[in-house]
Amino acid sequence: MLANDAIKIESLSKTFGTYQAVTDVSLTIHKGEVFGLLGPNGAGKTTILRMMTTLLKPSHGTITIFGHDTQKQPRQVRALFGLTGQYASVDEDITAWENLMIFSRLNGLSRSEAKQRSTALLQEFSLVASADKAVAAYSGGMRRRLDLAVSLISQPPLIFLDEPTTGLDPRTRNQMWATIRQLVAKGSTIVLTTQYLAEADELADRIAVIDHGKLIQVGTPAALKAAVGGSTLKTQLQSVNQIPAAVKLMTQTLHVEATADKSIITAKLGNPNQVTNVLNRLSQHNIPIVNIAVQSPSMDDVFFALTSGKN
Amino acid sequence: MEIIAKPTHLMANTATMAYRNILKTIHNPERLMDVLIQPILFTVMFGYLFGGAIAGGVAAYLPTIVPGILIQTMLSAASGSGSQIREDLDSGVFDRFKSLPMAHIAPLAGQLFADILRLTIATVVAFATGFAMGWRPAGGFGWVLAAGGLAIFTGWAMSWLFALLGLLAKSATMVQSFAMMTMMILSFLSNAFIPLKTLPHWLLTVAQINPITHVITAMRAMLNQGLWTQQAWLVIIFGVAIVLIFAPLTILAYNKPN
Ligand SMILES: Nc1ncnc2c1ncn2[C@@H]1O[C@H](COP(=O)(O)OP(=O)(O)O)[C@@H](O)[C@H]1O
Ligand SMILES: [Mg+2]
Repeated sequence: MLANDAIKIESLSKTFGTYQAVTDVSLTIHKGEVFGLLGPNGAGKTTILRMMTTLLKPSHGTITIFGHDTQKQPRQVRALFGLTGQYASVDEDITAWENLMIFSRLNGLSRSEAKQRSTALLQEFSLVASADKAVAAYSGGMRRRLDLAVSLISQPPLIFLDEPTTGLDPRTRNQMWATIRQLVAKGSTIVLTTQYLAEADELADRIAVIDHGKLIQVGTPAALKAAVGGSTLKTQLQSVNQIPAAVKLMTQTLHVEATADKSIITAKLGNPNQVTNVLNRLSQHNIPIVNIAVQSPSMDDVFFALTSGKN
Repeated sequence: MEIIAKPTHLMANTATMAYRNILKTIHNPERLMDVLIQPILFTVMFGYLFGGAIAGGVAAYLPTIVPGILIQTMLSAASGSGSQIREDLDSGVFDRFKSLPMAHIAPLAGQLFADILRLTIATVVAFATGFAMGWRPAGGFGWVLAAGGLAIFTGWAMSWLFALLGLLAKSATMVQSFAMMTMMILSFLSNAFIPLKTLPHWLLTVAQINPITHVITAMRAMLNQGLWTQQAWLVIIFGVAIVLIFAPLTILAYNKPN
């Protein structure tokens, strides 16, 4: 293990009964990076995270966190990370303040240290106004913020976030992203899981794509997107009669093959600026359009591109 | 090897977890419903319904049912702890407890210590209801305290049993329905509400084997006669045995790697 490594996973597998949830995953996560585990629902992200956080015993393989083996030295390992689980891991029945105090005490802080830390975290996560309300009355966003605040009590060098924005509205999701970026700025190492390429792209320095418990590919967001081949242009025409002409025109303009399905023409888009050319050419030839859209590669596209030819 | 938690560490963690349980109860007082309502309801209902038929009057019946209903309440309070443990395990919070560098057993221990408070409340309510209805135990106040202590001890020993059930069961609902059945069978097939001599022979045998009968007999001797009987020793020995057998099993089930 290099001094620069935060986590080293070697040949990790997990079987539930006869079901193989994780198969032979090996990964290295560097100190100070944001590492994204990207995969669809049921891919095995949570299972991998639970093994890293000592909650689940690997069926095979080892995980080393800052030089400590998760199975041989779970206690030392537990002192090094904060975990925000996929499902709210705070106590619903009690208040935010009580949650922070209890988890501070369980993290080994003295009563006065716990008070200080809880006050600071309530402020940092804008929860002061609702500190004395039972968490059950919180909105999804507030709950996630509290959840994250609780994981940061011991100021751990490593933070695990399992689907930190799933189920949040766009505004709250952006707030969560901003909060995560602040953690990064402070130098923490962050491992997060997500089902959305856009989110991994937004936050992660490197991404591991997981599907059916297998590691498909590791790389920077740019490298993954390159593998998928950029965005797609979708154009809907007013008149179906003009489709053959339009397909020909777009194939010429974009230098890739355009295809038509019903009244929608689809073509790969290497550079978004080419949209202007397409629009100009269509209007020059009097081909009116109803709708035009540039689509980023979806999760499906990524999986299709990365898994085709491998499985 | 995993470092064993220092005892001070374990005690502090357990105290924090017990505090958490008490906070949960303060925020959701309905968690106390079973230990508050049940003894009042049963004592009033059974007292006025059956008092005349069984003992010739409410006052004469109270020395029989006050200890009976108290032990019945202990049973349901103990089983309540089993379903709370199951509920807790199924919530995301438990993952956090397990991922903290704290004494592993503290969440369980905290629950079982907080239970003592529930059991104490149940005991006070059961005795107070009887007292309000005219029950004046002949043994005097000292023996009331001692009998209350014995009841709480019995309830606490049983809560280890239900904790194990909570850990092994699939859902909190399953624990609840099983607990309800156990409570009904154990309390009604005992001397809690009736003099045993009226029972047919086979049922008498069942009731005499039922450990609840022995606890209640021991308590009646304390409350009504001020006597510490051999049966009281038996209850203590039996309770200690339950804890000695089930505490390690419960801890084993709790620490089972998944
Ligand atoms: N405790 C378990 N017992 C049996 N199967 C499980 C268990 N946990 C997860 N699985 C299965 O393993 C697979 C991966 O699950 P998970 O890691 O939760 O996926 P993700 O987090 O990527 O959505 C799923 O098919 C899930 O049903
Ligand atoms: Mg998951």
